[in-house]
Formats: sequence, C-alpha cells, structure tokens
Amino acid sequence: MDVRNVYHRLKDASRYAVLTPDGRFELFCAALASAIILIIIMIVSYLLEGSIQSIRSSGIDFVIGSRWDVNRDIFGALPFIAGTLYTSAIAILIGVPISIGVAIYLSEMAPDWVRAPLGFVIELLAAVPSVIFGFWGIFTLRGFLRDSVEPALNDTLGFLPFFEGNPTGMDKFAAGLILAIMIIPTVSAISRDVMRAVPNSQREAALALGATKQEMISGAVIGYAKSGIFGAAILGLGRAVGETMAVTMVIGNKNSFSWSLLDPGQTMASIIAINWWEADSGSLYQSALIEIGLVLFGIMLIINVIGRILMGRMIRLREGAVG
Amino acid sequence: METNELNAWFGSFQAIKNVSMKIRGNLTTAIIGPSGCGKSTLIRCLNRMHEVTPKARAKGRVLLDGEDIYSRDVDPVEIRRKVGMVFQKPNPFPTMSVFDNVAFGLRANGIRDEEFITKQVERSLRQAALWKEVEDNLDGCGAGISGGQQQRLCIARALAIEPEVVLMDEPCSALDPIATSKIEDLIFDLKERYTVIIVTHNMQQAARVADYTAFMYLGELIEYSKTKRIFENPEEELTEKYITGRFG
Ligand SMILES: Nc1ncnc2c1ncn2[C@@H]1O[C@H](COP(=O)(O)OP(=O)(O)OP(=O)(O)O)[C@@H](O)[C@H]1O
Ligand SMILES: [Mg+2]
Repeated sequence: MDVRNVYHRLKDASRYAVLTPDGRFELFCAALASAIILIIIMIVSYLLEGSIQSIRSSGIDFVIGSRWDVNRDIFGALPFIAGTLYTSAIAILIGVPISIGVAIYLSEMAPDWVRAPLGFVIELLAAVPSVIFGFWGIFTLRGFLRDSVEPALNDTLGFLPFFEGNPTGMDKFAAGLILAIMIIPTVSAISRDVMRAVPNSQREAALALGATKQEMISGAVIGYAKSGIFGAAILGLGRAVGETMAVTMVIGNKNSFSWSLLDPGQTMASIIAINWWEADSGSLYQSALIEIGLVLFGIMLIINVIGRILMGRMIRLREGAVG
Repeated sequence: METNELNAWFGSFQAIKNVSMKIRGNLTTAIIGPSGCGKSTLIRCLNRMHEVTPKARAKGRVLLDGEDIYSRDVDPVEIRRKVGMVFQKPNPFPTMSVFDNVAFGLRANGIRDEEFITKQVERSLRQAALWKEVEDNLDGCGAGISGGQQQRLCIARALAIEPEVVLMDEPCSALDPIATSKIEDLIFDLKERYTVIIVTHNMQQAARVADYTAFMYLGELIEYSKTKRIFENPEEELTEKYITGRFG
C-alpha cells in the first residue's frame, strides 16, 4: 500500500515538479520516502539471495526439522522458531496484563500529578538499551530466579512439563521475563493512548446507567478500546520476537527445544547473533543463518501488519461510529 | 423530584445559582433558555453526573422520593439507577451489539437472569419504538444503525433499568425532523410510567411535549410554570423576550 502511495505521489509531483517550489519539495520528500522502500527491498533481496543455497539444500526440512548439526550440514531451525514463539508468548502472557493494568491506572485513575511523571518513567524504560537488560539479567535476575523463583515454581508446579528440570536462572523463563519487562513500555504506552482516545461520552453513558467505575472501565472503556489494546499487544509481540541482545545473553543458548521453561533454549535472533562470526562466508552454514533471518523477518512482518490493522480498526471506530 | 437551593460550580465559576423547583411526577418538564445558561448542568445535578466532570461540585438539596440524593450516605451509583439519562449526542457502545447495549445497565446492576434480561430488552426496545426496526438485527453492532435509531437505542438503554426519572439533554438536536417527531411521540408515551425532564432549544418542541416548562437565564431559574402559561402569558419580561425571539 505504501509503495503504491509513494508511486502516485511521485507521479503527481512530477507533473508540476519543474514548475513550483512546492512541487520540488514534494518530489524531494517523495524521494526520501522511496529511499526507505528501496532499503527494504534491498534487505529482502539480500535475505533471499543469501538463503537460496540453504533453501535449495534443506527445503521444507528447514522449518520442520529439529536437528541442527553444523558438522553434518543438517539444518533444521524448528527449535529456534519454537524458542522464539515460546519465549515471546511467555512475554505476552506476563507483560500484557501488567501493561493493561498500568494503562488503566494511567488513563482512568491516576491523579494528574502522578500521570505525567509515571508516564515519563515508563517511557524511560523503553529507552534502556537491550544490552543493559542483558547485563541486568545475568548479574541480578539470574541469581534471584535460580535461588528463589524457579525452585518455588519447580516445587509447586514441577509436575507440569513447563516447570520440570533444574533451575539455572539462564533459561527460557529468564528470557520470557526480560522480554516481558522490555515490552511493557510499548504496550502500556499504546494501551494508555487508545484508552485516552475513548470519548468521554462513552464513560458517561456507562456511569449514567448505574455502572460503578470498575464496570465503566471494564465495559465501556476496554470494550471500546479492545481492538487498539489487542493491536498494542501484537506490536509488543513484534518487539519480543525480534529482540536479540538481551535474549541472547540470558536464554542459556542450547540448540534444542524443550517445553520446560527452566531449560535453556535458543531463539531465531539469538542463534544468528551467537554464530554469525563463526560461519564461513559463502558456506551453507552462513546461508542457513541468513534463512533464519528471512523467516524471522517474515514472522515480524505478519505480526506488525496484523497489529496495524487492529489499530486502524480502533481509529475507524472513533471517527465513524459515535456521531 | 425537587431541588432546594441548588448551586453548582465548575472550579470557581458558578453555573447554577440557587435553583429551587418542584418537578411533578409522571409529567414532562421542559427546561429552556439561551445557550450556556446552565440547563445541562442543572439536569446533570439531578443524577449526580455533574460531579463526574473534573473540578465540578454541587451544593444544595435534591430530593428524590423525599430523600436527599446529596446526603453523605448516598451512593451516586444508586441514584443513577433511579434517574436515567439520555445525552445530546447519541452515545451507544459501538463495539457492543444492540442487545448488549440495552442489557448493559441491567448487567451492571447485577442482574444475571438471562431470560429476564431478554424480556426486558425487548420491552425497552418496544417502549423506545425501535423494536420493529432492530428485531432481526439484535446481534448487529450498536454503531451500525442510523443516528435517530442510535438515539432511540440510548433511550431504550436508559429505560431498561426502569428508572423513576428520565433526564434528556437535547435528545433531538442531532436528528432530522422525522426522527425528532418519533422521539417526541415517544416522550409523550413515556410519561405514563416515568417522570421526564427534557432540555431543549426548540420552543415548539417544549410546547408540544411538556406539561411544565422552566426558563433559565445565567444560571438562575427565572420562571417555572405550566407550559401553556409560559408560552401564552409569561410573568417575567425576560421569559417573554426569550420565547418571542427578541432576546439580547
Ligand atoms: N466542563 C466545564 N468546565 C467549565 N465550565 C463549564 C463546563 N461545562 C459548562 N461550563 C460552563 O457552565 C455554564 C453552563 O453550561 P451548560 O452546559 O449547563 O449550559 P447549557 O444551558 O446546557 O448550554 P447549551 O444550551 O449550549 O447546551 C456555561 O457558561 C459553560 O461555559
Ligand atoms: Mg447543554
């Protein structure tokens, strides 16, 4: 859609570009915009070109095979795909409810003097570089998880496949938790914004029907904003799926998948980050890593498109529905 | 319902000044007056919606069934269940179905009996003269109907919890003449069961639907009596000027 837009703008602009300064400026901006699209096209073609060797050699086994053996040139990336989806799901499961709670507080309850500073602090969290989350995960979170949280989970819920094994503090649970913390700023800020965008007439409608504040929030506000909140969660998911540095540092880097959160694992991003310099240029190994990048890119693209569509639905609701 | 020396403020600005009026049960009362004179504020004081606005407060007595709704031990939520409200702009819940819109108040009031809810939804939609138009589309979205239908949906939603008093703030101002006359007919029927208080800018509308009419100016109640009297033989000069359109 963007491509078409820019194309039309270019066409429009070129019609009077030589004539007016405005036209020239528009042409300049359109050129900058198309540069971005060009970069995306270049990235995709690089990924395709780089993975062609691996696609030819592994075929469909690449995404359904779970054996990753560099020495025998066997590349099944399923453990990493699963690891990414699993840790991201954990991040969503932990991060989204917290974010919604924060957003409700900021949008519906906090007094003015709390609202602005707290909103600022949450946005500050978004500014923490992910490598710092990684350090924090290794030096602080790891010990806490290994000695307190994970043994407790293992003792109480160890009969479930998700919590069996030996707590190490460097595992999928740690990765999911770090990711949850990392998506909270994005998800809560967007959710707060979509809740703020709910017209006051909706709140008043609920209150005038004898709803308590809690019923007003859960019925009128969340009801109205739900597609936007869902979109925010999806955008958070997009961030979790693509996150590399912090996850690479805390996930324990084990090239096979297991359901236990207390086991180390690997994600698509982390396997690339760890092995990139080890793979010889032009080798099948390198090509396989690039193909992982391609798959990751595809997944993120889909997630972001879905997120945008949901946000768009919320905006249409606001513009069209309540006259 | 009765107000007694009611005052209301937005911050330091006083929007309602010492209004005392007795509103007759099972009749329709219209409130008229120039824009900004405090009509909306007055009726929002009657179901304690005024205080929902930041920095807004009210002082005085408003008696409902002899009980002061502003006394300390009264929960505003309870009051709003007894005094329903229809807003100027139709504000259905757009993501909920027509059915859920009407059922919202019932569910918020702790009613879980789905059979009763279904019955009550149908009854309210019939009362609001909307049943025939939405009967086949109860699961349709609350925003997917016309503006006039949306406003009647909001009326049905307010009636579903069977309030004693229904407040309407310019319910027809966003509607075309046909939808307006439907709602006027409806208001006429409502007084069999409810006490209706309607704010309107339309003098003919007040004359058509209201038994009593109150004229307000700059936050004060200038004149309040039988509609016929207000329009044919007002006591105050201000009232006369306003209804004859020689104002300002
Ligand atoms: N939220 C608010 N904050 C501050 N002042 C307000 C607010 N709402 C209304 N006012 C003021 O209170 C006064 C009464 O307003 P109100 O809305 O009750 O008037 P109204 O008679 O309903 O007018 P209209 O016919 O235009 O709807 C006005 O002078 C207005 O400026
Ligand atoms: Mg008004």
